[in-house]
Formats: sequence, structure tokens, C-alpha cells
Amino acid sequence: MIAQLITSFIASAAFGVIFNVPKNSLFQCGFVGMLGWILYFALVENEINSIIATLASAFIVAVISQYFAKRYKTPITIFNVSGIIPLVPGGLSYDAMKHFVGNDFYVAVQLAAKVFMLAGAIAMGLIFAEVMNQLVTKYNRRKVRLRS
Amino acid sequence: MIIYLLLSETHAGSNGEDKMDDRLPYNEIIDVCLLAGKIMLQNGAETSRVEDTMVRIAAAFGCGESHSFSTPTGIIFSLDGMHPASKLIRVSQRSTDLHKVTLVNSISRSISNKEMSPEEAYIRLKQIEKAGMGYPMWVQVFAAFIASGCFLIMFQGQWSDFIWSCIAGAMGFSCLLYLHWLLEVRFFAEFIASLVVGLVAMFFVQIGVGSNLDTIIIGAVMPLVPGLLITNAARDLIAGHLVSGLSKGADAGLTALAIGAGISAAFVFL
Repeated sequence: MIAQLITSFIASAAFGVIFNVPKNSLFQCGFVGMLGWILYFALVENEINSIIATLASAFIVAVISQYFAKRYKTPITIFNVSGIIPLVPGGLSYDAMKHFVGNDFYVAVQLAAKVFMLAGAIAMGLIFAEVMNQLVTKYNRRKVRLRS
Repeated sequence: MIIYLLLSETHAGSNGEDKMDDRLPYNEIIDVCLLAGKIMLQNGAETSRVEDTMVRIAAAFGCGESHSFSTPTGIIFSLDGMHPASKLIRVSQRSTDLHKVTLVNSISRSISNKEMSPEEAYIRLKQIEKAGMGYPMWVQVFAAFIASGCFLIMFQGQWSDFIWSCIAGAMGFSCLLYLHWLLEVRFFAEFIASLVVGLVAMFFVQIGVGSNLDTIIIGAVMPLVPGLLITNAARDLIAGHLVSGLSKGADAGLTALAIGAGISAAFVFL
């Protein structure tokens, strides 16, 4: 578990470097990626469906990114990207590709379908977080308006 | 909220004082907006941010009514009001440099706070456009090196494979950087890079130092994954920018296919 924490932190921060994220945001990038991955890892270890796990972690990643983006006044993409990267179903797509190459199309199509579901789960997680952000801002704006 | 107020204020101001309108440097304002949009679009910002920034800059300079339409390959920007004008800018080269996006973002913020004139903003933006903000090449390759190993551990690989995955990942990534610089065809670069990853990983397993081929390849291929494209495509689609969202999604899909094809081609050699 500790190894997972450390490696996911370093991997996300390294991805920040690959995307040329400003130096002072690298730590936050690593943090977002670590949190998302650990949530995913813990959920999958407890035998929760990986689609739900991906959805939940993408949601958390997006919510924390929004917080960081507001706090540090930087574009949200910076944190989103590094956080999402560990959740990309690289292993599954590799398996699917391997079965396609081996002419084992039944298994390959099943795996590919799952890859699409996982990619959709990431997108849905981002959407949920965005919707929640809009609801919160609308609510706050209304409160401000009522006060004034 | 503050920005909303600012927007409505400047809007009211520009309507109320039509005489002042004549003195605004319209061409310079359009140039500043387009340059800001171009830098953001070239360096991997999402479409809604590009359009929003351009409209906000124009509003801060006193042009309350402006329209911006941007796709991954070009931007159209036009000002309404007393002196309607439009300009188009073509964006042919795209790369990933989020540092520049952040800098343009902060410039647009200081323009919104009325801390910068159009000329000053234009000079600053030109500086950003020219500057090589990115990390040096070797730092990026080193990041790919470390990331590959870390992903191997995250995907339940063994620590004994760590260094082999690192080397395969770094070789694949440096190959990608070199081919991006050499060729115009992006998908081919990704294809060759993942082919190199596959071949290097197979080499290590063949000579007996690496134990699990699958996890080594998965770890080493991760630096090639089009993560920014995927998130931007999703964010654009959420925001309703259908043209950009779909085209970025297609771009990400093609990149993923190129990577898959490269790995499959490596298996042919096995």
C-alpha cells in the first residue's frame, strides 16, 4: 500500500513534467494523482466493480482539482490531467490488443467493451464533478444576491 | 462573481459612452485576443477556456460585445458594436505546454483587473509565445523513465522489473520526441515509439533479465498515453463545444490506436 502511495505520487508528478506543468504545481499534481489512485486501488481491493471505482476516483480527482484551481488560481486542466492518468485503463487495453493480435476476437471484443465502459466512467466522473461545481457556485451566487 | 460584475460594468460603460468608443484601439484589442487564444490553443488548453479568455480580455478593454469561435485548428474572433471587425487565425502546430497556458491565464486575469494596457499585454504575450517554457529534454525523458517504473509497480509488477520498464519507457518516449521533431505525421511517431517500447521490453525478457513482459510493456507505454487529449475532449464535450470535443476525441482515439498497433507489430516479431 505504501509502495502504491509513493509510486502513484511520483508517476503523477512525472506526468506533470511531461505536460510541462509549472514547477510550483507539480506537488499538487502528484497529490491529486495519488489520492485518485489510492481510492481506486482500495475500492478494487475490496472487490468493488472497477467501473464504479473508476467513476468514484475520477469524481474525487475532479473535485480536488477544482479546489486547487480556485486556491492557486491556475487552469484546472493541470491538476485534472495528472489525476486522471493513473485511472486510464492501460492494462486492459493492452490485454484487448494482445487478444486481437492473437486472433482471439471473442475475448478481445469483451475486453475492448470494458475499456470503453471505463473511459466512459472517467468522463462521467468529470461530468458529475462539473455539475456539482456549477450547483455550488449557483447556490453561493444566490446567497450573495439575497444578502445584498 | 467579481468577474461577472466587471463584465456587466464594462458592458454598461461601453454602451453609455459611445464617444469614447471611437478612441479604442480596436485592431490592437483583436490582436491581443487572438494572440492569447492562439497561445492557449497551441499549448493544450480546452476550448471553453480559450473562448472565455478571449471574450473576457475584449470586455476588459471596453469591447463588451465580442464573439469567439475556436476549434482545435483555428480561431475566429469578431467584435460587435460601432466598429465591427473579424479576424481569423489558423493554428497548425499543437504541443503540450501547460506552463504557457497558466501564464496567459494570469495575464488575462491582470487585464481583467485593468492592470495592463493592450500594447503591454501584446508585448508580454509575444514574449510568452517565443519563450521555450518547457522543461529541458533530458528532464522530460527522465520523467518518462521514472513514470514507467512507477506505473509498473502500480499495475502489480515486480520490483525486479522496475529498471527494465524504466529503460523501455525512456527509450520509447525519447523516440517519440525525436520523431515529433523530425516528422509531421504524429500518429506515425506514436506507432514507432510504441513499437520500440515493445521490442525493448521483449529484448529484456528474451535475455532473461526481465520476468513479466506484459507488465513491463504496460508500464513503459504509459508515457505515450494521450492523457491531455482525453481530458480535454471530455471537458469540451461537457461544456457543449461539440466540434472541438469530437475532433479531440477522434485525435485521442487515433493516438490510442497507433499505440496499440505499434505494440501489436512488436508481437509479430515475437
